[in-house]
Amino acid sequence: MTSKFAGVVAALALALAACGSGPGDAPAGGSSATPDAGATIEIGSLYEPQNLDNTAGGGQGITEAFNGNVYEGLFKLTDDGKVEPLLAESQEVSGDGLTYTFRLRKGVKFHSGKALTSADVKNSIAKVTADDSQSARKSSLEVIKSVETPDDATVVVKLSGRSISLVYNLSYVWIVNTAAKDPATSEDGTGPYKLGTWKRGSTLSLERFPGYWGTPPANNGVVYHYFTDATALNNALLTGAVDIVTSQQSPDALTQFTGNPDYKISDGHSTTKLLLAFNDRKAPFDKPLVRKAVSSAIDDAKLLESVWAGHGSLIGSMVPPTDPWYEDLTKVNPYDVELAKKQLAEAGYAKGFRFTLDTPNYDPHPTAATFIKSELAKVGITVDVNVITADEWYTKVYKNRDFAATLQEHVNDRDVVWYGDPDFYWGYDNKQVTGWVKQAEQAKTAEEQTELLKQVNRQIAEDAASDWLYLYPQIVVASSKLSGYPINGLNSQFYAYGIKKG
Amino acid sequence: MARYLLRRTAFLLGSLLLAAALLFVLLRLLPGDPANALLSVGATPEQFAAARRQIGSDLPLPEQFGSWLAGLASLDLGTSFVSRLPVGPEIAERLAVTVPLTLLSFALAVVVALPVGFLAAWRSDRWYGPLLNGVSQLGIAVPVFWIGMLLVTVFALRLRVLPAGGFPREDWAEPLRALTSLVLPVVTIALVMSASLIRYVRSATLDVLGSDYLRTARALGSSFGGAMWRHGLRNAAVPVISILGIELATTFLGAVVVESVFTLPGLGTMLVEGIAEHDYPVIQGVLVVSTFAVLVIGFAADLVQRLVDPRLRAHVGGGRP
Repeated sequence: MTSKFAGVVAALALALAACGSGPGDAPAGGSSATPDAGATIEIGSLYEPQNLDNTAGGGQGITEAFNGNVYEGLFKLTDDGKVEPLLAESQEVSGDGLTYTFRLRKGVKFHSGKALTSADVKNSIAKVTADDSQSARKSSLEVIKSVETPDDATVVVKLSGRSISLVYNLSYVWIVNTAAKDPATSEDGTGPYKLGTWKRGSTLSLERFPGYWGTPPANNGVVYHYFTDATALNNALLTGAVDIVTSQQSPDALTQFTGNPDYKISDGHSTTKLLLAFNDRKAPFDKPLVRKAVSSAIDDAKLLESVWAGHGSLIGSMVPPTDPWYEDLTKVNPYDVELAKKQLAEAGYAKGFRFTLDTPNYDPHPTAATFIKSELAKVGITVDVNVITADEWYTKVYKNRDFAATLQEHVNDRDVVWYGDPDFYWGYDNKQVTGWVKQAEQAKTAEEQTELLKQVNRQIAEDAASDWLYLYPQIVVASSKLSGYPINGLNSQFYAYGIKKG
Repeated sequence: MARYLLRRTAFLLGSLLLAAALLFVLLRLLPGDPANALLSVGATPEQFAAARRQIGSDLPLPEQFGSWLAGLASLDLGTSFVSRLPVGPEIAERLAVTVPLTLLSFALAVVVALPVGFLAAWRSDRWYGPLLNGVSQLGIAVPVFWIGMLLVTVFALRLRVLPAGGFPREDWAEPLRALTSLVLPVVTIALVMSASLIRYVRSATLDVLGSDYLRTARALGSSFGGAMWRHGLRNAAVPVISILGIELATTFLGAVVVESVFTLPGLGTMLVEGIAEHDYPVIQGVLVVSTFAVLVIGFAADLVQRLVDPRLRAHVGGGRP
């Protein structure tokens, strides 16, 4: 399920944190020696793409390899979650907020040599909203009524309702050449790199695209090396077979690199949250008081310490610190066993109850489940841990909603809006929250949107719609010869063009 | 002999067809739909239906089976649900890693096991006889991934003389580099394989050493070496060959653990990835190819046995006293 969720990839483009971002910047880097522009950067990753198309189930891996590197959008997301123009040069919004006019950047060419035109943009948007699209962005772009192309350099997008996130959502739409053949097995984008070779099960290489419109990459190309085993990945880094690991998933292995001058560990922010998601439709979790009691009975800090040994952070609600509407809500449902007992008694469960916790069979879910079981035993609640595969989770929990409570990691940024959808798997149904989420999307200003989503975030915390156990750390380990790499944010995006060696 | 060959080939094809049918049915008994692997959270029922249509998992089973068999007959293993790449060429690419890995390991294991096994039997009364026996016992008990990790720690991380894993992107374009990356995996498999082989060689040799015909040959004036060479070896070889066939087949399929430890893009890792993604064409393709390989290995072992042992020829050939 990791890749599945990651495939959603509402990733902040938290890239090039240290060195600015964007192909337009010349990353300053931190190294004193002259960087070697002829060097190839060897990148180690656990996320091999399933295929090369992000609208056909390419997953987290293809976002990591291709977003911003091979394909570009009209906009891109920067480190602090801001949207910046990329292939769009300018935008105009009509007074009613229903018409967006984008002017395209001039001199942009696809890797095949064809010049970018508005028709390509129209087609690329249509590809995401198509019936057979498996894009996670499909539903958020359904607000688009029509796309018009008055001339080669202008795109007019008409909406059926206001959508303040439109520009943000467009940053996830790859602009693909209309004439491109099979996007699942080949590519034709406008990015600084073109695809070299993809050896399934092993490597994917990106080569410099000589006709790139912007600043050429700081390196001569990159090779993603794919591993299924975190130990093997770390061994590759230790022996110099790879220069950098996109996302360290094994905290135990960090000790091998700590204090070693040959390596640099960067501890950034992620947007991946570990949730104890209740089925808010069914007793006993239809009562907010019961959910609050459970949330207060679990010592999240202790769990985080045992899983991540000092890395990561606690969150009191769904919104991670990198979203514009974050606030610290860890005090709303504090760890307090006495409070939990009182709330349980008040809710009519003084003697506790018993429920089944559907637990995905991969880390860290089983560990968290065992911990939760022992914590809840202290307030009289018996937990039956039911370990299931990712596939079973998808069918049983996500599609059939046949569960009492479940554990799941949610990687998206800006995904608090799911609490406004009563049909989502956790079934949180609060008319007020649904209204706020809708209003926020139709807001006229970003401030208005931010204020409304803050209200949402507070309300779901008050109702303990789910229990947000912790926010994952984002740890990048790299050879100290390297600079200019993305250290913050999601493992899902990894802008490689600023990386320098030497 | 011709009749035997014909019968054996018919048997091989029959087994393959049966295996293919079994495979197909068993895979579909697994819970879950491959369309799940393609979708992300937020997927609508319409997206799910579209995904099923796209990969054809909504078609009736007999139809799916029929089109797969038809493809098989024309050596087309189909297209992966997930990667959208044809399965056949990818298997070929993976075989370029798995076949050398298997054969080299096998060769090394045989080279080690034959003399050691023989020595352990011949000198079972000396101190090193039981020692060799004990070491091989230990080798059987130790899990293969542990040996792999140990070798990595010593030769890759400490001594830095060999890579910790991976395979060159250019495959065999630079044979030396490709070979270098296979050294540790080959040694790992060979160590484990020779441990069990030693035991078979030892017991086969012990049987021969205690046999009447060897004693008779010695009584007739043959030297120990001469008797062993003329009579012992051939007799000891018969059971060992069938074990070798089984070991080779097991290694071919069992290389997956070693491939994973050393991040080799082999057939085993392809199978594991296919299973994780419910990618039926990939799973079926890998299993059909490996079933075929195993059957062929069995066939080859039988043939070699018949060449070594005239009694088998006489028996199966039928009639002749």
